[in-house]
Amino acid sequence: MHIEKKKKRSSFAEASEGDLTPMIDMVFQLIAFFMVLINFTQAEQEKRIHLPASALAKPPEQQPEHAVTLHVDDKNDTIIYSGHEVSLKELEGQLRTKVSELKSNGVEPRDATVIIRGDQRAKTGFVQQVIEACQKAQFEKFRLRAEYEKPK
Amino acid sequence: MKIRKTSNRSEEKLELQMTPMIDIVFQLLIFFIMTFKIVAVEGDFNIKMPSAAPSSGEPDPLQDTPLKLTLKANDDGTLASIRLDERSFESMEELGIFIISNYGADSPDSLRSAVEVELDCDPHLHYVHTMDAITHVIGYVDRSSGKTISLIEKIKFSPPKK
Repeated sequence: MHIEKKKKRSSFAEASEGDLTPMIDMVFQLIAFFMVLINFTQAEQEKRIHLPASALAKPPEQQPEHAVTLHVDDKNDTIIYSGHEVSLKELEGQLRTKVSELKSNGVEPRDATVIIRGDQRAKTGFVQQVIEACQKAQFEKFRLRAEYEKPK
Repeated sequence: MKIRKTSNRSEEKLELQMTPMIDIVFQLLIFFIMTFKIVAVEGDFNIKMPSAAPSSGEPDPLQDTPLKLTLKANDDGTLASIRLDERSFESMEELGIFIISNYGADSPDSLRSAVEVELDCDPHLHYVHTMDAITHVIGYVDRSSGKTISLIEKIKFSPPKK
């Protein structure tokens, strides 16, 4: 009687232990997979902006140094700059701040790149005004960003 | 005797507490699954546009007047008409074909590098059409090889209309 009880217990303990190695292997594989896929360089993306698609918008081989990213929203002519919605007037002031910040780091604004992420439905005239505001702040290099679309 | 003792100890060590590790590992797994989103690949069109300062002296005689690509818009911001200098086009594809036949691989390199396109768009035109026009002007993707063939490289915007 006593022996039987003991036997039962030990078999239960064995079952609960199991061999965890394959499961842990798999779980680590999954973690590695998702870690690799997380793309921190695209963190500058903004959900509110729907970029126009283009078959020629190949991703750049190297990211520009000293980039200023401006998201041009389609609603009420606003620009999203470093996470805040600003008007064109406010942007001019913020660009001046950015320029003096760049200059204090020894970077001329003409060597910096302005990345313009315009919404599909943004007004072209407004995008041009944004570019003009950047030009006033002595920025010269621009990149118009588009979503890559496979050619049909 | 001594050997036995050590082997006993190592057996003890092997019985690790797996539960906390598995807890953490699952936490990590769930974190990465939740933050995972498929991001669309993005690319850039490089445009160099120095401030349009009033040019001193005479205009550069070497620089030809740019081709003017005029995009007119309907009231709702959709595309109404496309014109390149005096020539009208029904669609962007037609414009692309015209550009390819004039500035494609058969044309001399000097012509292609000299030519410049100036975009003159209605202010309320949706940006998607402007980008579409730029796409058709700067190049095309060859169907058979899948390579990108570049056409006109220099692009600029007309001064914005107030």
